[in-house]
Amino acid sequence: MSALNSLTIAAARDKLRSGEITAVELTEACLSAAEASGQLNAFVHHTPEIAREQAKAADARIAGGDAPAMCGIPLGIKDLFCTRGVPSQAGSAILNGFRPQYESTVTQNLFDAGAVMLGKLNMDEFAMGSSNETSTYGNVVNPWRSGNDDAALTPGGSSGGSAAAVAADLCLAATGTDTGGSIRQPAAFTGITGLKPTYGRCSRWGIVAFASSLDQAGPMAKDVRDCAIMLGAMCGHDPKDSTSADLPVPDFEAALTGDIRGKTIGIPKEYRMDGMPGEIEKLWADGTAMLKDAGAKIVDISLPHTKYALPAYYVIAPAEASSNLARYDGVRFGHRAKLSQGDGITEMYEKTRAEGFGDEVKRRVMVGTYVLSAGFYDAYYNRARKVRTLIKRDFEQVFADGVDAILTPATPSAAFPLGSMAEADPVQMYLNDVFTVTVNLAGLPGIAVPAGVNAQGLPLGLQLIGRPWDEAELLNTAYALERAAGFVAKPAKWW
Amino acid sequence: MLDLTYEAPKPKVIQGAKHDWELVIGLEVHAQVASRAKLFSGASTQFGAEPNSNVAFVDAGMPGMLPVINEGCVALAVKTGLGLKAKINLVSAFDRKNYFYPDLPQGYQISQLYHPIVGEGEVLVDMAPGIARLVRIERIHLEQDAGKSIHDMDPNMSFVDLNRTGVALMEIVSRPDIRGPEEAAAYVGKLRQIMRYLGTCDGNMQNGNLRADVNVSVCRPGDYEKYQETQDFSHLGTRCEIKNMNSMRFIQQAIEVEARRQIAILEDGGTVVQETRLYDPDKGETRSMRSKEEAHDYRYFPCPDLLPLEIEQDFVDGIAAGLPELPDEKKARFVLDYGMTEYDAGVLTADVENAVYFEEVARGRDGKLAANWVINELFGRLKKDEKTIGESPVSPQQLGGIIELIGKGDISGKIAKDLFEIVYVEGGDPAEIVESRGMRQVTDTGAIEAAVDQIIADNPAQVEKAKVNPKLAGWFVGQVMKATGGKANPAAVNQIVAAKLGL
Repeated sequence: MSALNSLTIAAARDKLRSGEITAVELTEACLSAAEASGQLNAFVHHTPEIAREQAKAADARIAGGDAPAMCGIPLGIKDLFCTRGVPSQAGSAILNGFRPQYESTVTQNLFDAGAVMLGKLNMDEFAMGSSNETSTYGNVVNPWRSGNDDAALTPGGSSGGSAAAVAADLCLAATGTDTGGSIRQPAAFTGITGLKPTYGRCSRWGIVAFASSLDQAGPMAKDVRDCAIMLGAMCGHDPKDSTSADLPVPDFEAALTGDIRGKTIGIPKEYRMDGMPGEIEKLWADGTAMLKDAGAKIVDISLPHTKYALPAYYVIAPAEASSNLARYDGVRFGHRAKLSQGDGITEMYEKTRAEGFGDEVKRRVMVGTYVLSAGFYDAYYNRARKVRTLIKRDFEQVFADGVDAILTPATPSAAFPLGSMAEADPVQMYLNDVFTVTVNLAGLPGIAVPAGVNAQGLPLGLQLIGRPWDEAELLNTAYALERAAGFVAKPAKWW
Repeated sequence: MLDLTYEAPKPKVIQGAKHDWELVIGLEVHAQVASRAKLFSGASTQFGAEPNSNVAFVDAGMPGMLPVINEGCVALAVKTGLGLKAKINLVSAFDRKNYFYPDLPQGYQISQLYHPIVGEGEVLVDMAPGIARLVRIERIHLEQDAGKSIHDMDPNMSFVDLNRTGVALMEIVSRPDIRGPEEAAAYVGKLRQIMRYLGTCDGNMQNGNLRADVNVSVCRPGDYEKYQETQDFSHLGTRCEIKNMNSMRFIQQAIEVEARRQIAILEDGGTVVQETRLYDPDKGETRSMRSKEEAHDYRYFPCPDLLPLEIEQDFVDGIAAGLPELPDEKKARFVLDYGMTEYDAGVLTADVENAVYFEEVARGRDGKLAANWVINELFGRLKKDEKTIGESPVSPQQLGGIIELIGKGDISGKIAKDLFEIVYVEGGDPAEIVESRGMRQVTDTGAIEAAVDQIIADNPAQVEKAKVNPKLAGWFVGQVMKATGGKANPAAVNQIVAAKLGL
């Protein structure tokens, strides 16, 4: 039998229910794996006491016959989620020492379903980054390596800790959040499955805000079925979040038939970028063929405003962030700079924020402040909002034309070496989000599924984009792709 | 609906050193919504609580916390809009106004810049009987209040109290239709009156739940009329905004002082700089707070945490159906129904409690007499004791009883005043008091004649003088009243004294 920590949620659930294993055993296996994973730097805070207590409670529930699907399942929680009494810093020094007195709705939902929290997972500071190199805790290292090269690779970002922890079997699954691709890009870089649900499907209450109109929590797991199971436990209407949708939660797992015969899959021509690596081109073509073989109808589609998505995203997201991050001022919580004699409130703000925020956060706060300022608002922010409407309309049009899902690459490349972008123009890093930001701007569900490896053995992912609120069908299409792709590679353990 | 006719007051004219000037004034009134919970959190709005005790996580700007609109506050804003005869916008939206200050924990105030909940309306501001200014309302929007910074408790530190943070305010923005300091104060008073009738704002200026920012500019006579014709602001002078006034008296003083400051600058050949100023009542001057160049760039943008606020016409209609009679209508009705003067009607309708009290006194009785008694005796007595109408020891039924006794001729006006004092101090049923204390008026002419005869007999010298100077009859009347303990019917006494003295 393989190690307990490498089980899927579905397999573990069945073993827990049959009494073959206990939640305590499962949790101990994960705690050991997590504690031995220091080189990956995926966990920034371990919570073994909480985990053991929750595991015991889960065993009691299972013994009592009350065992929801997530009962006894050990998870890692992205540091962006506020967890009561546990450090929750969003990967930022400005939240040093912050322990919230409240539990985010998503983590509370998971705990109510019996899930176990192993600890908090590393991430780019305030979820701003595509390589996990902006964290105050230092970068995460991807458990995958390129061929025989020992160079450390990025796990992607911002949910890099979540991706690495799942890929390295430190936990069964993890929570992620996705503002422009922060679930799907790291999932693709680490050979796992990550779902960004429809905007409004999961409550944002208690999740540190980056860009409120784009942020959405989702599951990062070992396969499509696990994403379906975990999403069901995470999501649901929350009156505490005005943007949370008051819609019933379907049984996502029950939708996984693998039957996509007669479904229409759109292939958007605008996603075929100049200079796209051959391995990505091939992956996309292979994925298209797989879905066709599974009985889907493949159609070429056009999403004409795609090329404006990235610029629009990098106006809207920083604009909202510049406002959302104003609260980190040293007055009530987190870091406050040491002041000199004669310093006033302005100096306190300036020094606190200069010390507490990293470069990427500062860059986005400045960009966001600029695009909202008098005289530039219409040229940047308002224009970006109009673009956003057009992008949304592009998708509505193709769905209205009968397309059930859209297939694209998840990322423009495989995982790249840590530090390789250090000297590059920040815009080069932003290009990582080119296939994913449109989904956030349109508020749609999107999923990254591992579909192959490149010549160096690194995982590559495909993205499927679904109709709003129809995660069930999207998951089923992803399930069909997963079965056809038969991706089973695992990183060789070196940590 | 009943309407009283009125004409507009003359604008205030200030004589400068060189020529005459007129004032143009617009107000932004911040009225605290009379809600027990805050605009976006369930925290209490109770005044005077321990510092930082009425604070929800979202009020403190804690990470990941989200605002949820309080439907009660929306209903009260709609009600206020209806009370100001304003257009209600079924779709409105919230925006963030970004600036840094320690008493603004989120780093932004949630307000409604682009799409306010209430559009254009109007308020009739009474200045004197028959004289009133119609002030146009531009908009009313909902927004969060900030907290309180306290700078004088420690030499090195400032303190912050977040109790007020997030409390719902209605910002009521007027057009520049106000033409003098008295009108400005009367306008605030009228808004306060209407909102107290509606129950949408307590209007307690001392506790800060009604505050005003006052925009003042000056122009030469005739310029304002050009503005009115064209709605072109270039005919008007450059305005300055005096921030955060919380007293009617200071509003008037500040406008006067600010207008004179601007006039002095202009007559000196200078130009008025558009800026935000503060009024210092101790020094009697306004001071620059920040100039246009230093003004914040608030970087307004739609608040992504809140969906557009959509309300149904049925919701608005339901509120409209429950609207009380408002001050203007009530005043007009009092004039017509009770035959009282517009002035008296104004006094009685100033506060809704006064009006309700009066109508209970007047029901089925002489309305004019009731108005006199409520205004002169009751209000005078309450004022002396610094009591409100709600604290009156005399109930409407008791006062009504006194008025009935006067009407029946059982007591004279003078006795009635004594009776009122007894009821005020000791309580009791007025009719019973009159009986038990023998206060009933003597109308028996035989008894009065006997008393007159006695006085004449006792004062022969006075009788002689009276025959020369008939005015001295009053002395005899006084003596008779004294002898009868004030209970003699004064009309009868006058008549009998005159007859007996042969006048």
